[in-house]
Amino acid sequence: MSDLKQELKEKIITQLNLEDIAIEEIADNDSLFGDGLGLDSIDALELIVMLDKDYGIKLTDPKEGKKIFESIEVMSNYITEHRTK
Amino acid sequence: MTAENLKIKEYCSISNNRVMLNGQLLFEAQGSDFITFIKLAYKKMDTKYPKFFKMDDLSKLGFLASDILLKPITQDSEMPKNIALAFSNSASSLETDRKHQESIRDKEYYFPSPAIFVYTLPNICLGEISIKHRLHSENSFFIFNHFNAEYLHDYANSLMKSEKADEVLCGWINCDVEDYEAFLYLVSTEGSIAHNKEEIIKLYTTK
Repeated sequence: MSDLKQELKEKIITQLNLEDIAIEEIADNDSLFGDGLGLDSIDALELIVMLDKDYGIKLTDPKEGKKIFESIEVMSNYITEHRTK
Repeated sequence: MTAENLKIKEYCSISNNRVMLNGQLLFEAQGSDFITFIKLAYKKMDTKYPKFFKMDDLSKLGFLASDILLKPITQDSEMPKNIALAFSNSASSLETDRKHQESIRDKEYYFPSPAIFVYTLPNICLGEISIKHRLHSENSFFIFNHFNAEYLHDYANSLMKSEKADEVLCGWINCDVEDYEAFLYLVSTEGSIAHNKEEIIKLYTTK
């Protein structure tokens, strides 16, 4: 597993308070919302703040998040391509 | 229905690292900080609601105390129950307000957390309880300097007499720094304790 994917899983569990989920339970292609990890709309906003704070990526349209936060794999690729820090 | 017929069906308190139901100890974890204690109490009470861990401390406290009283009533029921909520405290959502303020203090490092911001109102706690127990009922969160038995008594009486609610879950949920206190009681037409100001104060002070 890449360092970034591992880092994202750790951040998601810690920052979104997913108390009963372990890193190894999140597969790279699992859906983060809906039937996957079951994240909600507030979690989506929290992920948008995380992108800005930790990777210098500002999403101007929150709707963009729907595609970017599809899975750890998609998030990781997007961050690698757009990060400024 | 007359005010004289109303009873306190059950009561619950969480304070000093103890969870009590009708004066009986349900759980105790001395020596723990609030975060550890409430997590242990959540597991002990078999609450099973993952969103619990996303809540702020005030909501966790109110949610857990409410769940102990409401779960036996709502968990097996297909129909939503008409149980109103009338909560109160003195600190409002101050603890979470401070966390939010801290996140917006530095204009050069301005990253307010949406997950914290949503809890900067005390009545969010009532929403969490209503979602879990499928309540579509009246709810209010009052801010008083101190526990106000008379106001809660009159308010519950009014809700019951006007048939706005079949039962009313009333009480005090306060959380500020490491000082926390929950005291809830269920006003109903059933029960053995008279619903009057004196009994409410007695239960609150001897909890």
